Amino acid sequence: MGAKQREYRRRSRAIANIRKTTKAMEMISASRIQKARRAVEASTPYASEITRAVAAVATRSTTQHPLTDAHPNPTRAAVLLITSDRGQAGAYNANAMKSADALTAKLVAEGKTVDTYIVGRKGVGNFKFKNKPFVNSWTGFSDRPAFSDAKEVAAALVAAFTGADGVAGSVDEVHVVFTEFVSMLTQNAVQRQVLPLQLQDAADETGLPVGGGSEAGANPAEEAVTARKSELYPLYDFEPSAEGVLDALLPRYVEARVFNALLQSAASEHAARRRAMKSATDNATDLIRVYTRLANSARQAEITQEISEIVGGASALADATAGSD
Amino acid sequence: MAELHVELVAADHLVWSGDAVIVSAQTVSGSIGIQAGHTPVLGELTSNTVVIRQESGEAVVAAVHGGFLSFADNKLSLLAETAELAKDIDKARAERALERARTSHDAAAERRAELRLKASMALLSK
Repeated sequence: MGAKQREYRRRSRAIANIRKTTKAMEMISASRIQKARRAVEASTPYASEITRAVAAVATRSTTQHPLTDAHPNPTRAAVLLITSDRGQAGAYNANAMKSADALTAKLVAEGKTVDTYIVGRKGVGNFKFKNKPFVNSWTGFSDRPAFSDAKEVAAALVAAFTGADGVAGSVDEVHVVFTEFVSMLTQNAVQRQVLPLQLQDAADETGLPVGGGSEAGANPAEEAVTARKSELYPLYDFEPSAEGVLDALLPRYVEARVFNALLQSAASEHAARRRAMKSATDNATDLIRVYTRLANSARQAEITQEISEIVGGASALADATAGSD
Repeated sequence: MAELHVELVAADHLVWSGDAVIVSAQTVSGSIGIQAGHTPVLGELTSNTVVIRQESGEAVVAAVHGGFLSFADNKLSLLAETAELAKDIDKARAERALERARTSHDAAAERRAELRLKASMALLSK
């Protein structure tokens, strides 16, 4: 076998190995998307009921509470950025980080100091590489978040918001940047203000997670949102009191929102990885085809060359014999 | 009589839903019983057992660890960080967990285990 031909065959074998890996990763992600989507759906009743309860208290009570009333002069904001622990997920992490950067720039332009909190090894790595400061980070659960993980993250945010973390000057706003799972093909990096609660937002969020069900399910979800917007909340009796309920709701509400954001991000991560790995597998298949063609034509060229060498040699020999006669 | 629709929801899944006659639970300000037609109420729950009595006379007992109840339009939502149905609680395991919590002086775990036991006992006595 000629050197060229050997080189082509070697490359196509190497690519075939890579394809095996990417194909396996694609299939793992595909199976995990289903699981992650089910987790998003399972957490929906809790998240929407909590949001509904908060909205009900907020619209019906006249009590002043940091949960519902915007700080008159916000000076410090917290941004929670949710990224993945592992790469190979296309632009998933880049989009989330770009969105967080844009939000941070916007908040800074409004004259607020921004405290960044990060979930996921990729976000932490990016911040460390760029020498950007962050307050706290959590890693190790981005692809399969449990409620206890969300609780841990939410506890830090609530502590910063209520000033219980001992840092001078509490955070006046809490934002979350995560990747919303719209469908298998569409995931958007979104920015949501969690605290203080924005009422318009509350109505929007009750329908969350938007279309988490299926691609076809996106429209009924939207209808549900509009239905809820026009809904009037009944006059509730509060036990023990409106303030008491709000105090107790605040951490639960943040937990539910963070948990929902984590779950949607996990589903998006798997969907993004599946797509990235699918195109890697497709590209590998194309490359293998190209190299097989090249190897074939190299083999053909070699054979042609050998034949012409033999023919040339034979005729030279024939000429030599004819000459000596 | 109007139906009372109950949903018992934990943070990560829907635990139980169905129609009931009366639901009794413990809020921070005391014990509360809710039937259809009750005034809308939003209360903070303590970690305790919740008893949902169905029309058939059967009772569903659950252990809820903190949370809220909200009732409006004959729809009652019980939201809890974690909620377990008494019939799903393994009594022997709960006892072991209680033992373990006592020896390691983990007050939170001890309370959780006690509540689980209480819920499974309540189911037996119904």
